[in-house]
Amino acid sequence: MSDNPRSVNPDRRGFLKGAGALVVGAGALGVPVGTGLAVFLEPRSGSETGGAFIKVASTNALPADGVPRKFSVLADRVNAWNRQPAAPVGAVYLRRTDETTIEAFNVVCPHAGCLVEYAPDRDSYLCPCHESTFALDGTINDPQSPAPRGLDALEVNLRNGTEIWVRFRNFRTGKSEQIPA
Amino acid sequence: MKALLNWLGHRSGLGRPLSAFLFDPIPGGARWRHTWSTLVVFVFLVQVITGCFLLTGYSASTQTAWESVHFLQDHTTWGWLLRGIHAVSAQAFVVLLALHVLQMVIHRSYVAPRELNFLLLLALLVLSVKISVAGWFLPFDQKGYWAARVPLNLIGLLPVIGPWAQQAVIGGADVTHLTLTRMVAFHTVYLPATIGLFLGLYFLLTHRHRDAIPAPDNDRDQPWWPHQALRDAVACAAVLAVVLFVVWRPWSADGGRGVELMAPADPSELYPAARPEWFMLWLFEFLKLFPGEREFIGAIVIPSLALLLLAAMPWLGRWRMGHAFNIVFVGIVFAGAVGLGFRAWNKDRLNPEHQQHRARAHATAERARQLAGAPDGIPAAGALSLLRHDPFTQGPRLFAQHCASCHRYAGQDGLGATPDDPPSASDLKGFGSREWIAGLLDPERIATPHYFGGTAFSNRKMVKYVQRDLADLDDEEKQLIPKIVAALSAEAGLKTQRELEARDEAVIAEGRELIRSDTFFCTDCHQFRQPDEDATAPDLTGYASREWLTDFLRNPAHPRFYGTRNDRMPAYGEDQILTDAELGLVVDWLRGEWYEAASATGE
Repeated sequence: MSDNPRSVNPDRRGFLKGAGALVVGAGALGVPVGTGLAVFLEPRSGSETGGAFIKVASTNALPADGVPRKFSVLADRVNAWNRQPAAPVGAVYLRRTDETTIEAFNVVCPHAGCLVEYAPDRDSYLCPCHESTFALDGTINDPQSPAPRGLDALEVNLRNGTEIWVRFRNFRTGKSEQIPA
Repeated sequence: MKALLNWLGHRSGLGRPLSAFLFDPIPGGARWRHTWSTLVVFVFLVQVITGCFLLTGYSASTQTAWESVHFLQDHTTWGWLLRGIHAVSAQAFVVLLALHVLQMVIHRSYVAPRELNFLLLLALLVLSVKISVAGWFLPFDQKGYWAARVPLNLIGLLPVIGPWAQQAVIGGADVTHLTLTRMVAFHTVYLPATIGLFLGLYFLLTHRHRDAIPAPDNDRDQPWWPHQALRDAVACAAVLAVVLFVVWRPWSADGGRGVELMAPADPSELYPAARPEWFMLWLFEFLKLFPGEREFIGAIVIPSLALLLLAAMPWLGRWRMGHAFNIVFVGIVFAGAVGLGFRAWNKDRLNPEHQQHRARAHATAERARQLAGAPDGIPAAGALSLLRHDPFTQGPRLFAQHCASCHRYAGQDGLGATPDDPPSASDLKGFGSREWIAGLLDPERIATPHYFGGTAFSNRKMVKYVQRDLADLDDEEKQLIPKIVAALSAEAGLKTQRELEARDEAVIAEGRELIRSDTFFCTDCHQFRQPDEDATAPDLTGYASREWLTDFLRNPAHPRFYGTRNDRMPAYGEDQILTDAELGLVVDWLRGEWYEAASATGE
């Protein structure tokens, strides 16, 4: 390119100067970049519901015939600088499997994270995004379903006769095993 | 490296200019004076870099701006450093540009063909001040809010377009969410894009005309790379070191690091110690010389004329006399700015009122951050609501305004000032505590201004009772007084005495009997724990409790309290002098009921 003889600088002094300029210059720019990255990449914990039982509904709100019903899960939420009492953190489908036991599924489809809907006419859960379908017990009931696993069952605890408490958790989508998110 | 440059050069057409910049010889060789342009670009880059990261955590609305900055500053490990570098290097940018203007004038390096360099530099200086003002506003704290109010109001003084321009900038007549969304757009997009463009042009022109600078007469023609590059890098690192030093604040007495975040902006609570950033203090002082409507002259006319004159300098400087005039003129402007700035700073330093405002503002800021870090955290309504509902913050203010004309709090007005007039009612610090009640029952103290001394009660029954009946008790009976004190104080249910009272349950029970006993006969006048229609003095049931004190403030002349004997004390609730919420704040403050951070003490 340049035919200037000075552009080729073989002498040691020039090399040291160049190296010095690069090191000092990179250091000077590295401070703001490094500080910014440290702030940007600081790990943050999510909502503090992880693994705790949350009161979701009363058994009186659940049909006796085993038809599932959807309930919001409300919990105290840390939203960066805000604390939000009783904020919605997710939703579950609850249904009676017999008189004393209740089954809970996280509504998040394990395929890509859409929310499944109960379809009464087909008596199954249907994901509106990619048409995964799940049986009432949460298992995949159509081999064409893109979901890698069945709906995520959540632990249920009955307290004081009528209170339904669910151990609410989210799991990573797109995996065939349940990995807590 | 060279191959890559060649490849890029062939495809972009930048090969020749780039290699000319890098490798063409600079007459006179590498010099420190040539580092200016790189320095200015570097400091701007630092702000772009830190600003881009800051933007990832900023939320522009009146309920989230302070909150998001607080989260960065106090709850993100290196947040204070990031914010500090951004803010301090912004100041460095203004200073470097101003010094560079000065340098160009003194060295006469603004003459042809470098007039455009000089004009670009002036434009950059003006833009850098504008972007700073927008930047002060963004954290939406008391300091930035009130410091930015003045320049924003000055926009309104512009001829013809003033009011319209002001509305456009603020986003309406008032400061709202829109003000912040606009400020963030100006500060992060429009102004930096303009500055970046001007800076790029300036940088190009500087290198295009570098041959025009009179060079020392030597043979040291050296290319930029690597000779000048090393000097540029060292100069940049040195400026960064100064910036980091200022951010670190090793001289700070409270160990505070970075740029302080004051309390959330409160449009109803002026921060009287608000000042512009130090490099604009001179204008602040200058404006004081133009009272009333003439502010327009000081704020708009004179700065515009001065700027015009500066812009004309490259042409004036063509004549020898013109250049001398230019030097004298910038000398006067700079000396004037430094002098005015120093005067403003010195006035504040020597003004005890200003110092008090500052100290109070710092305390409020500290409190806001404590509340924001409390377990309940910041509600969706924002951190300002925390302060407005905080007895520790509002109690003293309300006390100073409504109570301190008669009462005292530890001898003062609640806010740390001592009123001129002597107190005409009791000192309420520790009201209801054992210490306070013990003083009330002390023959030596009851008639002092600390208790009833300044009131109409100073020679009434209670004072006489304490000074005669209690003083005449024999030593054995006097030993019982602390039990009465403990029992009466327990009625208040003070937070500070909770443990003590759990331990002294038996003593308190005994004290309750003594209050009714023939020895002390308190219930001859006072009602205590059972209905007594003949009572003529204030009810001692629940004395100094939240409910008692609130009712008392509502109407001290109620038969349950002083009745017709009430001495001048207003019925704060019934006469609607204070709202119920305000009464609650005063009561909670007097009773010491406020949130305390685990590590910090209340006062």
